[in-house]
Amino acid sequence: MCRFSRFLWAGAVCLLLAFSGMQVAVADEFSGLESGQFNTIANTVSALVASGNSQAGAVIDALGKRHLFYSPAGGVFIRSGSTYVDARTGQFVQNTPADLKPVRMNNYVRQVLASANAELELLSPQDAVRLKAATQMYAQHNPVMLPAINHALALEKNSRVRLKLEQASAAIVLAQPMKTGDEASRLAAVKALGSAADLEARGVLSAVAMSDHETAEVRKAAADTVSSIDLKQRLWSILQNAFYGLSYGSVLLLAATGLAITFGVMGVINMAHGELMMIGAYTTWMVQQGIRATVLWLEPVSLLVAIPVAFCVCGLLGILIERGLIRFLYGRPLETLLATWGLSLILQQAIRSIFGPTNIAVVTPAWLSGSWMLGSVDITLNRLAIFVFAFLVLAALMLIMRKTSLGLEMRAVTQNRRMAALMGIRTPRVDALAFGLGAGLAGLAGVAVSQIDNVSPNLGQSYIIDSFMVVVFGGVGNLWGTLAAAMTLGMGGKILEPTIGAVSAKISILVLVILYIQRHPRGMFPVRGRGVES
Amino acid sequence: MSDILPKLSRRAFGRLALASSVAAIGAAYRPGQALAAAPTGQPIKVGILHSLSGTMAISETTLKDVMLMLIAEQNRKGGLLGRPLEPVIVDPASNWPLFAEKARQLLSVDKVDAVFGCWTSVSRKSVLPVFEELNGILFYPVQYEGQECSRNIFYTGAAPNQQAIPAVDYLLSEEGGSAKRFALVGTDYVYPRTTNQILANYLKSKGIKDEDIMVNYTPFGQSDWQTIVSQIKAFGAAGKKTAVVSTINGDANVPFYKELGNQGVSATDIPVMAFSVGEEELAGMDTAPLVGQLAAWNYFESIDTPENKLFIKEWHEFTKNPKRTTNDPMEAHYIGFNMWVQAVTKAGTTDHDKVIDTMIGIRQPNLTGGVAQMLPNHHLTKPVYIGEIQDDGQFSVVWKTPSTIAGQAWSPWVPETKNLIGDWSKPISCGNYNTATKTCIGKKHV
Repeated sequence: MCRFSRFLWAGAVCLLLAFSGMQVAVADEFSGLESGQFNTIANTVSALVASGNSQAGAVIDALGKRHLFYSPAGGVFIRSGSTYVDARTGQFVQNTPADLKPVRMNNYVRQVLASANAELELLSPQDAVRLKAATQMYAQHNPVMLPAINHALALEKNSRVRLKLEQASAAIVLAQPMKTGDEASRLAAVKALGSAADLEARGVLSAVAMSDHETAEVRKAAADTVSSIDLKQRLWSILQNAFYGLSYGSVLLLAATGLAITFGVMGVINMAHGELMMIGAYTTWMVQQGIRATVLWLEPVSLLVAIPVAFCVCGLLGILIERGLIRFLYGRPLETLLATWGLSLILQQAIRSIFGPTNIAVVTPAWLSGSWMLGSVDITLNRLAIFVFAFLVLAALMLIMRKTSLGLEMRAVTQNRRMAALMGIRTPRVDALAFGLGAGLAGLAGVAVSQIDNVSPNLGQSYIIDSFMVVVFGGVGNLWGTLAAAMTLGMGGKILEPTIGAVSAKISILVLVILYIQRHPRGMFPVRGRGVES
Repeated sequence: MSDILPKLSRRAFGRLALASSVAAIGAAYRPGQALAAAPTGQPIKVGILHSLSGTMAISETTLKDVMLMLIAEQNRKGGLLGRPLEPVIVDPASNWPLFAEKARQLLSVDKVDAVFGCWTSVSRKSVLPVFEELNGILFYPVQYEGQECSRNIFYTGAAPNQQAIPAVDYLLSEEGGSAKRFALVGTDYVYPRTTNQILANYLKSKGIKDEDIMVNYTPFGQSDWQTIVSQIKAFGAAGKKTAVVSTINGDANVPFYKELGNQGVSATDIPVMAFSVGEEELAGMDTAPLVGQLAAWNYFESIDTPENKLFIKEWHEFTKNPKRTTNDPMEAHYIGFNMWVQAVTKAGTTDHDKVIDTMIGIRQPNLTGGVAQMLPNHHLTKPVYIGEIQDDGQFSVVWKTPSTIAGQAWSPWVPETKNLIGDWSKPISCGNYNTATKTCIGKKHV
């Protein structure tokens, strides 16, 4: 509807122009777009919005989508499909010049464009769009926007949007220098910002509190609000760090559960565990590519499809490794270590030869991108998903170990291999299946890791040490221990990191784990009982 | 035989050096060139010292490939001094001590006449004594932290004043967003630490206060960026326009950018200016959330010049992969190799001392339309480009220096090296000449 009326308008303007016999204007509010200078383009965009020109909306929209083109000879065009529309008039153009170039963009233009968009969006019929626009105005606190905000405030009915608009207006008021006689309005603004209680508000208020141009009363009010915001932020930051710790811990947990089976339960030191994770991640990529090439509508859930596929691929590969390599080496841990290390190098190079040495791009689906604010805690969706996934995997694994015959047989073989064999358990089969299970779990970890880390032939190396650390620290052979160790290391790392830095945090954690293992060689949850060899 | 062939190839090179770059490349592709006689005689050996396995393989394999392409092309043009060029490839496997061993092998066993290699500064530092002891020639193609000037090394990548300083200038400018606060984020090793020291001093000279500079280091291969990104967010929320200068190296970049996207930090809020992220790294990323993030280099694949188009075409043909990207260190090898070819031709011999002396002053058209010149301090003149990441994984150039910039071996922004210059031409012939005391420090500081 809206666009149609715009066309009518533009048509009318065009007719007028045609009647008056004028050529296209030499310098109008559009000509800056043809300049190729970022500053000029940015100024043109703001001027266009301010002018209320009927084409402004369409131009801004096209620029944002990179559909706006210009000809160095003059003329600005909007691409729609394969045809072009003259940006000045909104009319279709029959013969577009051959030398069209996209109107240049950089961050500065993007920024101006975003605030121009926000200004248009402030009058959107949807609450969510208005709230987003108001939030953006609040973050930018650009004085030019004050009239638009006040205008929107007069019309706004939704209480949440109103609150954000009030805060935006307050931030702008405070960001401007103090004038005589507006003490009351500034005090009110300080109060309004206090309700926001976030880092933006703190930034504006602390500048006010330290300014020499404010009256003592305003300064004091601002300083008080700053300290109350600081207190709130400190409390929130504890929760925020706890979330970071849990999410880091769940990545460690995922990486380590497979190892908890192969190393913890079977006693096999599998140095190729990380490479099995890598293969899981590459499988995810292949599933994504396959779905993209065949059944497009499945694309958003390709990650879910990849979960069982990666489990099966890595599980089968694990069984193959156990039958072809490891079964000859039982009872010789050092040889297993060397053989699987060699295998890890072979797998790495194989992947490098097949897929190339560079990273591959595993796409994060839209429903896993972005974050979700819980108070001041920023919960990123993909981390949350990994957290949930890790616990589901652990729960499933525990069910397998406790409730299935495979789990029972595995535990029997672990505790006393000869007795289990005498009872009629086919121990070689159990070994193969257990190793396959551990490998499959590594594949699942690979699916998860593909969402946060880079997928390259080196992926495995970065997780192998952490995984062993978790399993040894937790107590070999104990899944609860693996959980406890993963979470302890995750939390510990995230508590230390903000204070002493990432490098020292990593070193300190390693030292603490070594000291702990010195005193408790069997880890946090040692397996006890007669079957355990001393 | 030796009478005719050198003349032929000399003429070809005379054309290359004198004619404009377009004409020169055109000449190389004239059908007549196919008649250039096949090179004969004892081959001239060219060493390639790049990791083909280990963590650096991801970046360095490409450089090995580009060297093979350049050598093959030179042989098609009639070789060098009428003799064929023969590549000698070794794999130092991202292992720094092994770099020194392989360098020694190249120089004393294979007797190569020039080596093209290394990526990380630590690998260069480990081969440096070998090259000085055996008087070899190394072309080092990667942007680095400076503070070094060896007679046996030609630094064809950017020095800090050819990348880091112009990049920060851009961030400070109105067009670049007039940043007032800077988070210097890097991997914990020599390149980021030295670069950040130079940058911090430079920023302070521009009136940026201490509390507006945040420095943060992470281990190699860092994959969990949650805390650091949230710290950057908090640092940027204090009301002043903030920019991040990233010297994060290698694999750690991908999870870093992913986390920025996750926590909703876009280029318009807090732009990230990266010094080690090129087309190759972007090839493995979903670049949609990264649009507008910045990188500073002396070359971008997207730069539209006839030379570059031809280079990219050749590269695709050579690798038989139309999607392989090109990047800045590849251009550095292209310049370095062609300069060496010119110097050997001009000296008429591969004798190392003569070639080293001839190298100074050699000019070579670069791929972006300008001319690179080898300076007396063994660095190049280079243009600096700032590019913004596009959603197709390429960079669009948003800013460039008005003219080429001469590389400085020693930074004037570090107090200890303020007065040092490198000058390997006579009469100074010193890598660390103190202009205040007019003395050469000698080996000690190199």
